[in-house]
Amino acid sequence: MFSTKNLKLLWGPLNMNNPVIVQILGICSALAVTAKLKPAFVMAVSVTVVTAFSNLVMSLLRKGLPNRIRIIVQLVVIATLVILVDQVLKAYVYDVSKQLSVFVGLIITNCIIMGRVEAFALSNKPWPSFLDGIGNGAGYGLILIVVAFVRELFGSGTLWGYRIIPESAYLHGYANNSLMLLPPMALVIVGVIIWIHRSKNRDLIEK
Amino acid sequence: MNKNSNTYIIIYASVMIVIVAVLLSVAAMALKSRQQANIVVEKQGAILSTIGLGGDADKVKDKTEYIKQEYAKYIIDSYVVDGEGNRVQGAEAFGLLDKLKEQYAKPQSERQLPVFVARLDDGTVLNVLAVYGTGLWGPIWGYIALGDDWKTVRGVVFDHQGETPGLGAEITSAAFSGQFVGKTIFEAEQFTGISVLKGSGASAGNDHAVDAVSGGTITSRGVESMLYSCLEAYLPLIRRQRAEQAQPELQQVSITDLTVENNE
Repeated sequence: MFSTKNLKLLWGPLNMNNPVIVQILGICSALAVTAKLKPAFVMAVSVTVVTAFSNLVMSLLRKGLPNRIRIIVQLVVIATLVILVDQVLKAYVYDVSKQLSVFVGLIITNCIIMGRVEAFALSNKPWPSFLDGIGNGAGYGLILIVVAFVRELFGSGTLWGYRIIPESAYLHGYANNSLMLLPPMALVIVGVIIWIHRSKNRDLIEK
Repeated sequence: MNKNSNTYIIIYASVMIVIVAVLLSVAAMALKSRQQANIVVEKQGAILSTIGLGGDADKVKDKTEYIKQEYAKYIIDSYVVDGEGNRVQGAEAFGLLDKLKEQYAKPQSERQLPVFVARLDDGTVLNVLAVYGTGLWGPIWGYIALGDDWKTVRGVVFDHQGETPGLGAEITSAAFSGQFVGKTIFEAEQFTGISVLKGSGASAGNDHAVDAVSGGTITSRGVESMLYSCLEAYLPLIRRQRAEQAQPELQQVSITDLTVENNE
């Protein structure tokens, strides 16, 4: 069940094979929903659920799947899962679902999900596929949360909505960096993360 | 069976679609009541924040319950008015909030618009009107609370569907909406609406204008025209109420210098 090989599926995407900072996939939503920690977290969980279950379902279907409508079937499965996630968010975390707005629906187009289905689930058994989905969703989510942490802390002075930087600091001339709240800053932060990650893992640097 | 034959593909696709359709319908039906309850609470919360209440919603444990209780406590009445300012008997104001777009699209004579009456702890009566318009990317809407003089703005709340974050979307910020408090929509008896002017401090000393949002020119213009056209639609009611109040002792009440903030 949790052999070394399977665990590698789980941990690989968190570091050496991270979808966002190594494969540079799923950047769009990573820029859009990371101004605050809470929506970033909900987005991370949603994407993880969708990647995990789309991998699982497609892996179960892979034997009987007609090759000619492969992509359409993948899209239907992914879209169904995303709609389910969207409905659940609207019912249970309405505020966050409003903040995420279109980006929940856009999970359908997140390259990580279809990429994992095509590259992994269609040629592997259900359980490893499921783990691969969780791993890749979590790898994406990890970056989202790191970016959101930095952006919320320096952009709003809060974390998860709670004030971290005390009011007194503002009285002494501290100011929130509004640039942090704008999408370009997310790109800069992702860039810095990639920089640090590659300087620690030199074999990732392209020749 | 040949997996690439047309028959197989058609059967495969059909079966899959039926399964997906059933799954999604069941999910939508099972979650519908919760989702609708959330939307009701959101609207009640927006009306409350228009009159400067409900600010603790994020601090309390059960937000839904808190908003419902506050709403029941402070919103003492609601009614629907037609295009001539007459009350429509038997119409439900809250349900109309979903149909603002259609109502404002109709000619004035067929419009039905909601009014919510709030009474604050100190006895001040506020009238909350619902407005709906267009920003840059999509619809914008909001609520505006008029004092019992039907002239002075006591609070506004705006919301939007897809305005640019950091630019047009700033109309939802307290910094923007806070400017409206104390502004008036009449110059003597002439209806002015509230202008949204470009440039920091452009509205200084102007009782009928506020500063626009930087970088959100089109959204700001949208707010201005939304307020003008929607308040104009309420005008028959507003004028009627003002005429009824044109007695000295009532005007005395209306000019008491209460702002929404210190009513909390």
